[in-house]
Amino acid sequence: MRKLFDFHGGVHPAQHKAESATLPIATAPLPTRLIVPMHQHIGNRAKPIVSVGERVLKGQMIGQADGYISCAVHAPTSGTVSAIEMATVPHPSGLPDLCIRIEPDGEEQWVERTPLDYTTMNPSELRNRLRDLGLAGMGGAVFPSHAKLNPGRRANVPTLILNGAECEPWITCDDLLMRERADQIVAGGKIMQHMLGASEVLIGIEDNKPEAIQAMRAACAGTDFEVIVAPTKYPSGGAKQLTKILTGKEPPAGGRSTEIGVQVFNVATVYTLARAVLHGEPVISRVITVTGNVERPHNFEALIGTPVRELVALAGTPRADTQGYIMGGPMMGFNLPSDQAPLIKATNCLIATSPKLFPAPPPALPCIRCTLCAQACPVDLQPQELYWFSRAKEFGKAQEYDLFDCIECGCCDYVCPSNIPLVQYYRFAKSEIWAREREKDKADVARDRHEFRDYRIEREKKERADKLAAKTQGPKTPAPGQPAADSKQAAIQAAIDRAKLKRAGVEPKNVADLPPEKLQEIREIEARRAQLKQAMEKPSDTL
Amino acid sequence: MLTALLAMAGLTLFLGLVLGFAAIKFKVEESPLVQKIDAILPQTQCGQCGFPGCKPYATAIAAGEADINQCPPGGEEGIQRLSELLGVEPKPLNAEHGVTKPKSVAVIDENICIGCTLCIQACPVDAILGAAKHMHTVIEAECTGCELCIPPCPVDCISMKPLQEDITTWKWKYPMYAIKHF
Repeated sequence: MRKLFDFHGGVHPAQHKAESATLPIATAPLPTRLIVPMHQHIGNRAKPIVSVGERVLKGQMIGQADGYISCAVHAPTSGTVSAIEMATVPHPSGLPDLCIRIEPDGEEQWVERTPLDYTTMNPSELRNRLRDLGLAGMGGAVFPSHAKLNPGRRANVPTLILNGAECEPWITCDDLLMRERADQIVAGGKIMQHMLGASEVLIGIEDNKPEAIQAMRAACAGTDFEVIVAPTKYPSGGAKQLTKILTGKEPPAGGRSTEIGVQVFNVATVYTLARAVLHGEPVISRVITVTGNVERPHNFEALIGTPVRELVALAGTPRADTQGYIMGGPMMGFNLPSDQAPLIKATNCLIATSPKLFPAPPPALPCIRCTLCAQACPVDLQPQELYWFSRAKEFGKAQEYDLFDCIECGCCDYVCPSNIPLVQYYRFAKSEIWAREREKDKADVARDRHEFRDYRIEREKKERADKLAAKTQGPKTPAPGQPAADSKQAAIQAAIDRAKLKRAGVEPKNVADLPPEKLQEIREIEARRAQLKQAMEKPSDTL
Repeated sequence: MLTALLAMAGLTLFLGLVLGFAAIKFKVEESPLVQKIDAILPQTQCGQCGFPGCKPYATAIAAGEADINQCPPGGEEGIQRLSELLGVEPKPLNAEHGVTKPKSVAVIDENICIGCTLCIQACPVDAILGAAKHMHTVIEAECTGCELCIPPCPVDCISMKPLQEDITTWKWKYPMYAIKHF
């Protein structure tokens, strides 16, 4: 039996998992239209590579990865591209972003799929292929997976963790995926183990998912994978928290888990990797929990780009008291700006909210410095200090108190007896700091460009001055062996000589090989020309 | 008596030597104040402060020849940061130098542009691309929004477009929520 570790803090919110975990995963029917955002992952937005009116096949790349931290986007079904436009996307801002709209033709005609032979492929080429297959973390952060599968300067990453903890309330998509598709997850884990050169593969699952644990244990039989049951505590599904539970190791503040030789992937990401490598299928669908204030809470396998409105309709007719939808869990998710927004790779759960299920928070009271938040913080931060600094816009101080190690898990909000929306303050402070960084970068570029312009103007002035000097002083370089003072005289003499030569007449050239008759003809012509010249020069002489 | 005097004189000499040596060996370069001020200035290079660019203004502030409230693009926040750096009281922006406007970029109406190159010469950061008798265009990413290209344009084809927020530049807002009153 492996020794388990505990992370600091954490909370035990009501789980609400039973609602959606009873029924098997259902395949969502083809929606009436698909809206595929180009920016579904962390990093640069994908570049559209199709045009309006073009017919696309299921799985065809429609958006190309732009740079290393980026990944491709694919057509979820066959059909026609009807628009490339700015449309509502699932983002807390409610701002539109670039999307490709596809009208499905219902034929579900696949593009040619070629499985990848990962054991013999060049690792770098394999990672590029994964980027082109659109692989990104499906746990919610959507970090491009190929970048995480690069062991980098280390020869290998000894510990690979497959994250099946799924600690957020209401969400059951990973639970159902592990129950029904454990074989594929194990197959994907083997590919990752090969890519990272990992010596141990640990699968962490919370003890509230006995069926998933059983299914994964059965699938792992005969492999060196180890299924480890972790006690249920939020947020044990955080990558760093799960690492701590399973290995006892913690990455340094501001550091990555690879620094301590650990890499963590969500089980849904591992599943999509298996589909991509073993079947050549890009990421065009995912399992998503539709729950909350709906008739039949359910897990669906739905196409990326399916409008939220159509997806939630599959769980029964919407109830009258539904106020809106949360994307993600109630702890870390956000309210969708509109039910017109499409499903993206990050959408693991949609919760229909009602005043009964999610009552409005009571009015906030002043902070009483009870430090319950510090006791609950799984990252060992000082949430109350971060709150004061963020509130006072003392961002430098907030950074000194490791604001950027905050995972925005919401434990501090959950325990705060004064109902202060602490995480909102941290998000505000983080985005202000990022905005300042961007502004500073832009100012640095402007400074460099301005300084270069000043330098260029000076240089051009000098060049012009030099040119002018060269012109007024005659030829820059006097003929060799001649003193500089004589150069002017020499130039005049040369000009006189040239003029004399010209006056003497032109000597016929290239006449050596000509027959005598031709030469005679030339001589006659020259004679005539000389006469004419004399005739023309005479009057001027008399004047 | 003599011993005491000698001891004191000896000590004075010794400590003086130590101090003199330290002054040469551990000499601290003059604090690069101009650079620190320049780092706070927004680098718009617009000249609204009355100096030909941000660096000259920074030099003037450091020399005590200019006030800290002459930079409209920097706004109140810039003044605040300058006052913190220099240890002086912040003061409101001097209206003589203009008002703070939302961040914008110049846009050339390419149908009207006659290709005179006057704006190219005016741009302090070389952010306008074009050639004589050919249409010009602004490189949006490099434009600082200084508006210096607007006055020289003989056909008034340049306008300022405020920068729109998109999902990559969007910021979480300062939390606003109900507070219980007693």
